[in-house]
Amino acid sequence: MKQSVAESFDAIVVGSGISGGWAAKELTERGLRVLLLERGKNVEHQKDYRNARKGHWEYPYRAGRTRAMVDAYPVLSRDYPLNEKNLDWWVDERESPYTEVKRFDWYRGYHVGGRSLTWGRQSYRLSDLDFEANARDGIAVDWPIRYADLAPWYDHVETHAGIAGSIEGLPQLPDGKFQPAMPLNCAEELIAGRVAAKFNNRRIIPGRNANLTRPLPGRGRCLYRNACALGCPSGSYFSTQASTLPFAMATGRLTLKTHAIVTDVVFDRTRGRASGVRVLDAVTNATTEYSARVVFVCASTLNSTWLLMRSATEVWPGGLGSSSGELGHNLMDHHFRCGANGITPDPADRTVYGRRPTGFYIPRYRNLFGDKRDYLRGFGYQGAANRQGWQRAVAELGVGADFKDAAATAGPWQAGATAFGEMLPNHANRISLDPVKKDKWGLPVLAIDCATGENERLMRADMMNDMADMLEAAGVKDVKVFDNGYYPGMGIHEMGTARMGRDAKTSVLNAHNQVWDAMNVFVTDGSCMTSAACQNPSLTYMAMTARAAAFAVEELKRGNL
Amino acid sequence: MITRREAIQHVAALLGGAALSGGDQLLAFSFDAAALEQATAKGVGAFTAADVALLDEIAETILPETSTPGAKAARTGAFMALSVTDVYTTANQATFRDGLRKVDEACTSAHGKAFMAATPAQRLTVLQVLDREQKAFMDALPNNDESRHYFRLMKELALLGYFTSEIGCTKVLRYVESPGRFDPCAPHTPGDRSWAGHA
Repeated sequence: MKQSVAESFDAIVVGSGISGGWAAKELTERGLRVLLLERGKNVEHQKDYRNARKGHWEYPYRAGRTRAMVDAYPVLSRDYPLNEKNLDWWVDERESPYTEVKRFDWYRGYHVGGRSLTWGRQSYRLSDLDFEANARDGIAVDWPIRYADLAPWYDHVETHAGIAGSIEGLPQLPDGKFQPAMPLNCAEELIAGRVAAKFNNRRIIPGRNANLTRPLPGRGRCLYRNACALGCPSGSYFSTQASTLPFAMATGRLTLKTHAIVTDVVFDRTRGRASGVRVLDAVTNATTEYSARVVFVCASTLNSTWLLMRSATEVWPGGLGSSSGELGHNLMDHHFRCGANGITPDPADRTVYGRRPTGFYIPRYRNLFGDKRDYLRGFGYQGAANRQGWQRAVAELGVGADFKDAAATAGPWQAGATAFGEMLPNHANRISLDPVKKDKWGLPVLAIDCATGENERLMRADMMNDMADMLEAAGVKDVKVFDNGYYPGMGIHEMGTARMGRDAKTSVLNAHNQVWDAMNVFVTDGSCMTSAACQNPSLTYMAMTARAAAFAVEELKRGNL
Repeated sequence: MITRREAIQHVAALLGGAALSGGDQLLAFSFDAAALEQATAKGVGAFTAADVALLDEIAETILPETSTPGAKAARTGAFMALSVTDVYTTANQATFRDGLRKVDEACTSAHGKAFMAATPAQRLTVLQVLDREQKAFMDALPNNDESRHYFRLMKELALLGYFTSEIGCTKVLRYVESPGRFDPCAPHTPGDRSWAGHA
């Protein structure tokens, strides 16, 4: 294949999702000329949110899924993301297959903005209880950073992204630079009060979410439509399109190239540095080499690691960053889909108006404050209370006029939550290149070999039963526990396959997200995570990316890169 | 932007069972009304126009016109036929199709005439019996048993089709596309209608 060499840049950013968008914004605002590469198509802010306003009745299957869709999306169909509403924001699985050594549900968004368009928007800081956990427990390796290293960068990204949250003063869940919280509703307030009265250290707080309660430049406050995953007409939730890309574009120093699959990072052996990247045009199959002084790999955890595995193989057969033997290992997610729910009569004379795009959160309390369980780490809960709708009528006896009119009325409050549990890093949980199978563009696909272990199994019992205890203590009736089953990947929080560490022999990245073996290559998405904590991780990727970008610019100025 | 004419063509392609590929194509038809019109006039899949008319009357008996429009006005029968055709598993398709015949049999044995020929009061008594039968059947099923009573399927699809229709969302339930604000503690009187969710 003919290869052309194109112009050079100060920096190349691979991937335009949450991390890549932040890298592009921070690097351009600090004066660098940046090439942002996205393997998929463009999605233009507002203009391309074509289903944002539609009601259920404007879809033939009422926003559901057909057998044809299930056949075309065998992985996506395993859980809620498959539906008529935003199908073109999920990867075409036939073009981009992967191998499941063990079942792994991999939900991917290959387009500008990536999964920042469809994410759940829950945004929580990690604390030193998380950064110190590996060292304390003798698990995997120690994080090379502590909360103090990241705290100013959490401030920085929260202020720009706009995170709604309440100030709680909890050591395990640090407060941030929040916009006003989206409050608990009055049923949740009742439950929260009763739980706080009966359990030490268990707190029900408003979910902290990346939806604006106050306008920011170019973005309106949330209008409580709760249709975020279709794209927001008022730009009210954080996405690349709404929050980072416009600022990067405004500098005049950003070049965005779509349909650009980065096949490998080009490694200059004599300098021991990356000299740029090779790009395969997803439409024409032409290859082009772009050069730059620094490369930010922000392609999402598994894809960033996949790219490193394909790079510098002439030096390291396992790829760039593989000298430690840890590249591709230690894959983590958050295990969930278990908890409890029930029905509550109180408050009988109250309801809500508007659709709040978040719920409540219960920060971790297990194995903290003197509590000691037969497993390590812990979990947090996400839940909500709301009045039941017509769906309750399906299982009720009745047909005819009275049945119909009753089904149309608001039912009692239902309250419940699912836990998100920390998954331990384990060297055996790994990804590798499939020796046989190729994707549409001839690249060897990833083989994923990952499973939860005994620690997660033990934790799940508490994840179910604790919620039932709390609901019962709060006077909720008909409390039922549930465990809907979990396979790695379902949390859509892949992490850890190019972990940070203090030693090049046992980690892929250093404390500034630099690949030990090529210091001008930075990896700042979820692949850098040394442990998973139990908090939703995207806010940490934002802070990590902004921190690394500022460091990279300083190092360039000092002539170190 | 897709035109209405193109949308109808896409629906026609879908109803004809044409192979679909990729998210863009699957999303390209977005006019539910066009699909329902076609299903009512010509039938859909293995359902004839007469089957759709029967489904409309079954749905109307479950969810009749009261102070608000009924299921027939919301074209619920066409939605049910479309869903069984394109969404249901083969097993549930068979259960549902067989159920249409069983509804007629039940009506004939109770009132000596087919469902379409029966009065609204006769239809109601037939479905009340079938409803008790399905509830007893479903409540007795073990947790992981995938079998379904045909009348549970009918009732479920009627409720889904009705309450997600434009009439159901905007005239029976309350719907505001953009509420503009969130009140965490608003007054509620028993009997107040539910708020419909955004798609």
